[in-house]
Order: sequence, then structure tokens, then C-alpha cells
Amino acid sequence: MIGASRWSRVAFACGAALIMLFLLIPLALIIVYAFNPSNIQSWPLSGLSTKWFSSTWHNEEMRHALWLSVRAGLLATAIAILLGSTAAFAVHRFRFFGRDAISFLFVLPIALPGIITGMALNSFISFSGLTFSLTTIVIGHATFCIVIVYNNVLARLRRTQPSLIEASMDLGADGWQTFRLVMLPAIATALVAGGLLAFALSFDEIVVTIFTAGAQNTLPIWIFGNIRLGQQLPQVNVVVLFVIAVTLIPVALAQRLTRDAGLLRTTAPRTA
Amino acid sequence: MRLAKLDALLGCILLALTILVSACGSSKSTASKLPTQIGKGEGQLSLVAWEGYAQPEWVKPFERQTGCAVHAKYAGSSDEMVALMRQGGGTQYDLVSASGDASLRLIRGGDLQPVNVNLITEWKNFIPQLKSPPHNTVNGVHYGISLQWGPNILLYNSDKVHPAPTSWSAIYSPKYKGLISVPKNPIQIADAALYLSKTNPSLGIEDPYELTEAQLDAATSLLKKQRPLIKKYWALASDEVELFKNGDVTIGAAWPLQQSTLVADKFPVKSLIPAEGATGWADTWMLSAHAPHPNCAYKWINWVSSPKVQAEQSVSYGETPANTKACAYMEQIKKGSCPIYHANAPVAYFNSIRFWKTPVAQCGNGRNDCMDYTKWQQKWTEITG
Amino acid sequence: MTAALAAGRAARMRVSAALFRRPWMRAVLLLSGPGAWFFLIYLAALVVLFISALWSVEPFTGKLVHHWTLDNFKALVNVSTYRTIALRTIAIAAAVTVTDVVLAVPFALFAVRIAPQRLRAVLFVAVLIPLWSSYLVRVYVWRLILSKDGVLNWVLEKVGLGAVNVGYSNWAVWIVFSYIWLPFMILPVWAAIERVPDSFIEASADLGARGWRTFRSVLLPLILPGIAAGSIFTFSLTLGDFITPTLVGGAGSDFIGNVVYDNVGIANNIPFAAAFATVPLAVMAVYLLLVRRLGAFEAL
Repeated sequence: MIGASRWSRVAFACGAALIMLFLLIPLALIIVYAFNPSNIQSWPLSGLSTKWFSSTWHNEEMRHALWLSVRAGLLATAIAILLGSTAAFAVHRFRFFGRDAISFLFVLPIALPGIITGMALNSFISFSGLTFSLTTIVIGHATFCIVIVYNNVLARLRRTQPSLIEASMDLGADGWQTFRLVMLPAIATALVAGGLLAFALSFDEIVVTIFTAGAQNTLPIWIFGNIRLGQQLPQVNVVVLFVIAVTLIPVALAQRLTRDAGLLRTTAPRTA
Repeated sequence: MRLAKLDALLGCILLALTILVSACGSSKSTASKLPTQIGKGEGQLSLVAWEGYAQPEWVKPFERQTGCAVHAKYAGSSDEMVALMRQGGGTQYDLVSASGDASLRLIRGGDLQPVNVNLITEWKNFIPQLKSPPHNTVNGVHYGISLQWGPNILLYNSDKVHPAPTSWSAIYSPKYKGLISVPKNPIQIADAALYLSKTNPSLGIEDPYELTEAQLDAATSLLKKQRPLIKKYWALASDEVELFKNGDVTIGAAWPLQQSTLVADKFPVKSLIPAEGATGWADTWMLSAHAPHPNCAYKWINWVSSPKVQAEQSVSYGETPANTKACAYMEQIKKGSCPIYHANAPVAYFNSIRFWKTPVAQCGNGRNDCMDYTKWQQKWTEITG
Repeated sequence: MTAALAAGRAARMRVSAALFRRPWMRAVLLLSGPGAWFFLIYLAALVVLFISALWSVEPFTGKLVHHWTLDNFKALVNVSTYRTIALRTIAIAAAVTVTDVVLAVPFALFAVRIAPQRLRAVLFVAVLIPLWSSYLVRVYVWRLILSKDGVLNWVLEKVGLGAVNVGYSNWAVWIVFSYIWLPFMILPVWAAIERVPDSFIEASADLGARGWRTFRSVLLPLILPGIAAGSIFTFSLTLGDFITPTLVGGAGSDFIGNVVYDNVGIANNIPFAAAFATVPLAVMAVYLLLVRRLGAFEAL
């Protein structure tokens, strides 16, 4: 099929084009609605207006929410990188009881419906007497971000030659030096790619966040509030337009960095 | 070795469980005395509010004046408000704008602390019915300060609905099949009961919130017949606005908020209180028993009960202020708004609205056979699920 | 200064030698962080949550009553509404998964095997961008597309086809879920196809297999782990969602997630919510065990 006939190639191209439209038309509409003069969204637009751009810029609630989301994303990503990579090292290096169960365990927070994770964390938070704060949001997000870094790093470690480590040790390096000079460079891009993906997931998460944020507004919660209330909807579109514009860079970066795709593992081994 | 690990793990879980059970078992104690003055603001204020109750128009000046930064969480239903106020042991939020069907639940649940009405300057100017109404004052103890009130209305697209409806029957008849929207809220059963109390007197419904099993079943069966006619049960005020605007719906049960939003967008809608009367709400700002910022909370209550802010909220939302002095300010904001929103209406108008309250088993006259709210919720799930 | 450095280095050597001699110590050291996190925060909370399914709630005050009871589960079985909701949820989740497989496989095949390098990069970014733009806003914009006077009907009218009435219905829920989770299917399938060596395809062609035969006998078995990995997402994310049915569903579009959320966030009946949440939990547990056999976890 891959040395396939011209007709099937054309058919494939058409199908792919339709799927591209399916993926991108809603995004185009989101951008168009940022210019909606009315706060009620209907089609076609009654005109175009840029008034929402300045009002969004001056919206302090939005800024707080955006900043909270950025901080939560960064902290959750940092924790995920730390815990995810240590777990990956352990699973890669050692054989122990329950080793096979670990991947299963780590994947649970994203494989189980978010509402279950959210409820569980909510009861953990009220039980432990924590008050809802940035910390509780980070706890929630880190829990489902760990698996992403874990998968990325583990996949990379499996491709790294064990002889590299032995050579380093033979040359007199201690464990720390071997880690810093050999292992870390080997997994660096996997960490970056995993971190980017973890941040993206955290930045857009709503279901778990609803249960762990209390009265704080992350960006998705602010968006949900605006959708409920409907008083300044186009501001939401302005924000999303802004986020798309800003994230084009890291998305392109991640793509260059890793060349090929997996979902939780942006570094699929390329068979030669 | 393996067994030992397993034991340790199980031990940990068991320990966690034990702690949890004992923690839940111990009850909270609320020993609160009424404050005699409002202290210095804490810099923060967390609200649970209805959509549209914390608009920048009056929140911003409040923040500037008092230094209390307002965080508002919007709730879509009374049930959600109750749940939010109980989240994390009730320490998350300071105030809730509870309607009558939530207020008693919160009071009896021990989630609130009494409020000193003498610290609320404008309280003396409230309409008499809302100074110490039964939904927020129990045995002479005030658990909150009344805010605004209004009816649930029948909203319709005046271009498409002819002739203009006069009865709630419009949303129960197949004439507008697939073009109807009603709130996604168990208290909607009361609307059906109110309609039945007029159209089917043999059921003997006197109070739409005090229903016997047979009466509740009758209301449920009416709503089950209504379901195929419904386009969408609206959960958010913006849902219904868009349903109207995009032609999916032409008639429905609504809050005045939807009407004022659509009218502001020059969309042709009209509303009425149909012949059968209407359910409605009377909202109260209530203070959490464990409010982290009580001083800011008192400052907020004072702020929102002042005539000017009462007028702003009334006109913005389309409801009636509790403060009788608001009328003059309403006229300044929008000419004619005082009579439109009934701010100067006679007592009879107030009494004609069946305000939301929590259905309970003990429903007066020594009767004990009413269906409580849990039953209502179950029926509602059966209707909409 | 150098002495201190040397001492530090010696200490490090000692620690590292001690750790080297006792691999279990290293393993414990490495695993203690993530392990503690998962057991103390997540698993313990999950266990407690599901134990609470056996409790009940005092209706008026909303306080937990710690009496063991199976009432919550009885209600699940006896009330037909809950059965309807569970079946609707599972059916739509399955439909969404199948739809996404049908869309993702040819798309990824085209991107990896047919499209030139540069187009492939464009396609890849086109798949990733939706992942970075707000889930909520993407769901919301579909309301405007599918509503009666919406974009879809506007286009259909322009090209002379009649209007369709899919807004606020289960059809809308199905379409929107398929849209939202499609990238989650495309990416693992894409990666799986990339891992198939060209030589396998060539060998198949050399042996006389036509396109379809090559796909079915060579490619499909090799990319099955990728499909299974993607299906974990499409299936479980649909199973647990409550926002999309709220926003684009109609009368009778409630999902398990809606009932659970209503019971937690609105009715404050956590025991019943927990009881109902065991349904998607059980479904997912079975599903995960099944797809693990297909190698889904390696392809995540």
C-alpha cells in the first residue's frame, strides 16, 4: 500500500486533508470569535472588533489566573521531572518485587477517569488538613504528570548503551559523576520533551483542578467561569489565541528536539 | 522480605484509614460570639455567589475602598452552594449568597455563624419582610443579611411565539416541542407542582415545596412527559442565552439575568409571570462558621446592602433590591427601572411569589409525610437522566 | 580548600561505594520519592474513597454516617436511570474510540508513509496545536458550529444541502468527543507506524501482497500496540468526562461523570458518587488489563 497506486495516494491525501480541516476549523473559529463585537456568540458575526483585546489585557482576574496556571505548571513539571526520572532510573537499573506493576501504577492517574482522581485527591486534601492553595493544585497536577516524564526517560534509558555507564565507572568516575556526565546528557532531550508535555497537560487541566483548587482560579477555571457567566466571552477567545501563538514555539521546538512522536513518549525509538 | 513489604504497605493504609475515620468522627465545635464592631480587613474575601452577583462594577470599588481582594466562585445551583460551603470543613469561603432552599440546610448543618445586624448600617432600611425572614432567621438569631429577590420568569422569543403565552402550560404542551429549555435543577419540580396546584386542584397541592408522595409523583410524571419536549436543560445562565440567540430554543423558564443579557444584545425576547404565579428566590449573604476573613465579610455585606450597590446589582441582574432606598439610585442608572424591577411594588407582589425553600419531611401542621429533598433529587435524576 | 574538596569527594566515594555494594539500597533510595507520593497521596486516597462508597450521608446536614451499607450499590442496580446512564456512557466512549481509530490510522499512514518530509512536519504541528489550546474553548466552539443557526447549518444551506438538527444531542456529544480526543489517538498510532521498518513493507510487496493485504497482515499487527495505547486515552477520557456532555449535550445526555460530579459538587453525597465511580473504575481496570496484553503500555 505504501508503494501504492496513484489513486490510493490521492484518496489518502483527500482523507488527510478532511481530517486536517476537522482538526483546524474549530481553532480558526476560536480565533475569529476573538473579534466578535457582541458578548453573545452566534453566527455569522455582526461585525469585527478588537475591543476585547485591550479589555482582556487589563483584566486582572485573567492575569492572576494565567500566572497561577503558569506557576502550577512549572512546579508540577519540576516535581514530575524529579520523581518521574528517579522512578525510571530505578525501574531501568534494578529488578525487584512489583517492578512490572509500577508502570501500571503510574499510568493510573491518567488512565482512570479524571473525576475519580479528582475526588480521591480532594478527600486526601480535606483529610490531611491542607487548605486549598497553589500546593494542592501542584499535588494534583504532579500526580498525573509523573507518568509522562517517567515514560519518556525510561524509553530513552532503554536505548542508552549500558556499556557507557560501565566505561564511566571503569574510568574512575563515582556514581554522581557518572550520572552528571554520562546519564544526564543522554536523557536531556527526553527530559525536555517530557517536561514540555507535562506542562501542556497541567496548563490545560480542568477536571482534577476543580477538585483541588478551592476558590482559586487557574486559567481553565477562569475560562469555565466565563463560559458559565457569558458576560465577556470573547475575552476567553483572546486568551486562547494568545496561548496558541505563544505555544507554537515550544511545540515546534519539541518537534525538532525529538523528531518523532508518541503521546506520553515523544521519543519513540527509530528503528534503523 | 516480600511479605514484610506487603505487611508494611497494608499497615500504612490501615493506619491512614484509622486516622481518617477518627478525624471524621470527631465533630466540629462552633463557639462563636457576635462581634460588636468590624475590625481591620484581612485583605482577602472568598465568596460563593450566583452568576452575576460579583460584577466588577461594584467589586472593583469595594476592593479599592477596603483593601479586601475579592475571590468569587460562581455556583450554578443551591445544592452546589451548600457543597462548596462544606468543602474542606467549611474553611474555604467566607460568604455565600444563599437562596431560601439552601439557607436552612446550611443553618441546620452548622455551617454558618450568626451575624450582628447592628453592624449593618442599611439593615434598618430593608423592606420589613426581609429583615428577619424565616429563611435566614431562626429563633430570633440572624444567620445572614437579605440581599435581593425576584421571580423565575417565562421567557420567550417575541418574533417566533404567537400568540404571547399567558400560562406555564406553554412549556408543557407539544406546540413548542424541541424548542423549550428549563433549568437543570431539582427545585424545578416546585414549578411543576405550582402549575399542578392550579390546573389539577384535586391533587390538593397547597405549597409547592411541601409535597406528599402522591403529589410528588404527579409532578414527576408531568415533568417526564415534558422531557421529550425539551431541547436542553440549561445548567448555566449563558446556556439559555445562547440557546435563544442561536434559534435552538424559543421559550423557556428563565432568570431575569438571561432576559437582560438578551435585551442588551437587542434580541427580541419578552417575559412574564404567568397566570399560575411563579416560584422565586430571596437571597441572603450568609457567613461561614469558619470564615477565614470575617471583617472583610462584614465590610462586604455593608457594601452590597448600601442603596447604590443594591441599585447597581438590581439593574444589572434584573432583580429586586431588599433596600427600599435603592429606588432613587435605580432611576439614576436607568430611567424607569425602579418600577420595572418592582423596587416600589406593594407587599402583595412580594407575597405572590413562592420563594424557594428546602423541602423537608416535617412540613407543618404536625404532618410528617412530605417528601424530603433527597427524594426530590432522586426523582429529578429519574426525569432527566 | 582542596583538602575540603578532597574530603567531600572521599565522602561521596564512600557513599557511592556503600550504595554500589547494596543495590537494594539504591533502589529504595530512588523509589522512595515517587513511591511515597503514589502510595500516600494517591492510592491511599483512592482506597479511602471507595471505602466511603459503603457509607451514607445524613440528608439535611450532609454529614457522613459511618454505618456499613450496600444501599448505594443497590440504588445503582435497582434504579433504571443509572443503568441507562452507565450504558450510554460506555456506548459513546466505545463509539468515540472506534471513530478515532478509523480517522487516525489513515491520517497517520498518509503522514508517515506518503507525505513528503516538510508536509509531515506541518501535519505534526497541526495535530499538536489543538492539544495546547484550551480543551474547554474547543468544546465550546462546537456549540456554535452545531447549533440550529450555527456554522454547520449555515454552510449546508449555502451549498444547497438541508439543515441538520444535531446540536444539543448525543450526536453532538459523539462528534465533539471524537474531535477532542483525536490527537490522543493520532500520536501513538503515528509513532507506531514510524517504528515499522520500511523493509517489512517492501518484503511484503516483494512477496506479492497488495496494499490492503500488507496493511492487514503486516502493518496492522505491528501498530496494534499504538492503537491500543491511543484507545486508553480516547476511552477513559470519554468515560470520565462531564464537561462536554454539559456543554454540548441535550436533554438525556448525562454521563456517569455528570452524576458523580453532581453528587460530589452539588448534592454532597460522596458515598453515592464513589459507588457510581466504581463503574468506570471497573470498566477501566478490565480494559487496562486487556490492552496491556497488546503491549499498549510500551507504546504510550
